[in-house]
Amino acid sequence: MIFVAIIAILMTMGLALIRACKGPTAYDRMLAANMVGTKAVLLIAVGGYALNWSGFADIALLYALINFISTIAVMRFFEYQKSSSDLSGE
Amino acid sequence: MRGLIAGTVWEGDVMLHYLILLPVLYSFWLMLSGHLSPLFLILGALSSLLVISLQQRMDRIDSEPALLKITPGILSYALWLCWSLLKANMDVARRIWDPKLPIDPVWERLDIKVTTPGEKTIYANSITLTPGTLTTDIQDDHFLIHTLTPENMDELRRGEMEERILKLRI
Amino acid sequence: MEILINLLSTLCFLVGGFLCLTGGIGLLRLPDFFSRVHAAGVTETLATPVLILGILIHQPELSLDSIKLVLIMLIVLATNPTASHAMAKAALHGGQRPVIFDQPKDNNDAPSRGGDLSKP
Repeated sequence: MIFVAIIAILMTMGLALIRACKGPTAYDRMLAANMVGTKAVLLIAVGGYALNWSGFADIALLYALINFISTIAVMRFFEYQKSSSDLSGE
Repeated sequence: MRGLIAGTVWEGDVMLHYLILLPVLYSFWLMLSGHLSPLFLILGALSSLLVISLQQRMDRIDSEPALLKITPGILSYALWLCWSLLKANMDVARRIWDPKLPIDPVWERLDIKVTTPGEKTIYANSITLTPGTLTTDIQDDHFLIHTLTPENMDELRRGEMEERILKLRI
Repeated sequence: MEILINLLSTLCFLVGGFLCLTGGIGLLRLPDFFSRVHAAGVTETLATPVLILGILIHQPELSLDSIKLVLIMLIVLATNPTASHAMAKAALHGGQRPVIFDQPKDNNDAPSRGGDLSKP
């Protein structure tokens, strides 16, 4: 049954990637990227457990921290850009 | 700066805080490493002490040390928050799967009664953590809240969450 | 006892996977950025704890990994609202405004109060 969860997580990552490609704004893309990151943490945790990796929890822990920091960093970068009209394009 | 050097009122408090922090950091190290050889135990002790000294320097800069206050009130608030998260998640999930997509977004200001930074942080984070409500901006006397439905906004205006946070006395 | 444990963990995995998918579908279906943040919240605040609870129930005995998994859950729960808020605030500063359906009064209301936010 654990493989059903893994497939669901992979499908969710796919859906988030569709949103990241479609946009329409840069913020939507970043939201989708953040969601892919969170799903990657879950995928490492669940998949690593199912496949009996050693040390899977360490990797997932590290990924959770990096995902948060990268989201905050990119969003601070967006927030203090001068022209906001460039971001909302395409 | 004045507080740490000359202040006698909360200096003891701060020392106690560091004394509590040391075993917490050390057990965190042990949990992450999982090795119990002498080399790792010594390295862990050294790095815990390093973190404490770094934090003490940082506290001296902004002179407001972040004290840990874990009280039974916070635990019961966390349990209540879990329960309301569960309800809000069910509601949002039902709306997403509904073919008609019954949402009606609201974006309004919410006047707040909480005043201290700690209370405001907990309140804004709890609102954002609950699906269906999102804090978009924080001012001195109000938040700007985006909600998926008007019912979510009414729920916030009724102020049960705020009352519970005010009772915590952070 | 073993059957009960299997049943519970299976239930957790199924519910967690379903909630993940809900978030993905919501991310595609909802109309604007601010409502999509709510959909992303569903997966992060309930799917993560449920899936991790499933692993904790499923594994034969407690180990160091279980503590780390609980820590992952706490980190995700603690950082998710901060990241959501950062994204929402950056979007407001960038000139995005929430879509509000046919409510002229509220529509005039909120942007005028938050109007000064839009200037960098």
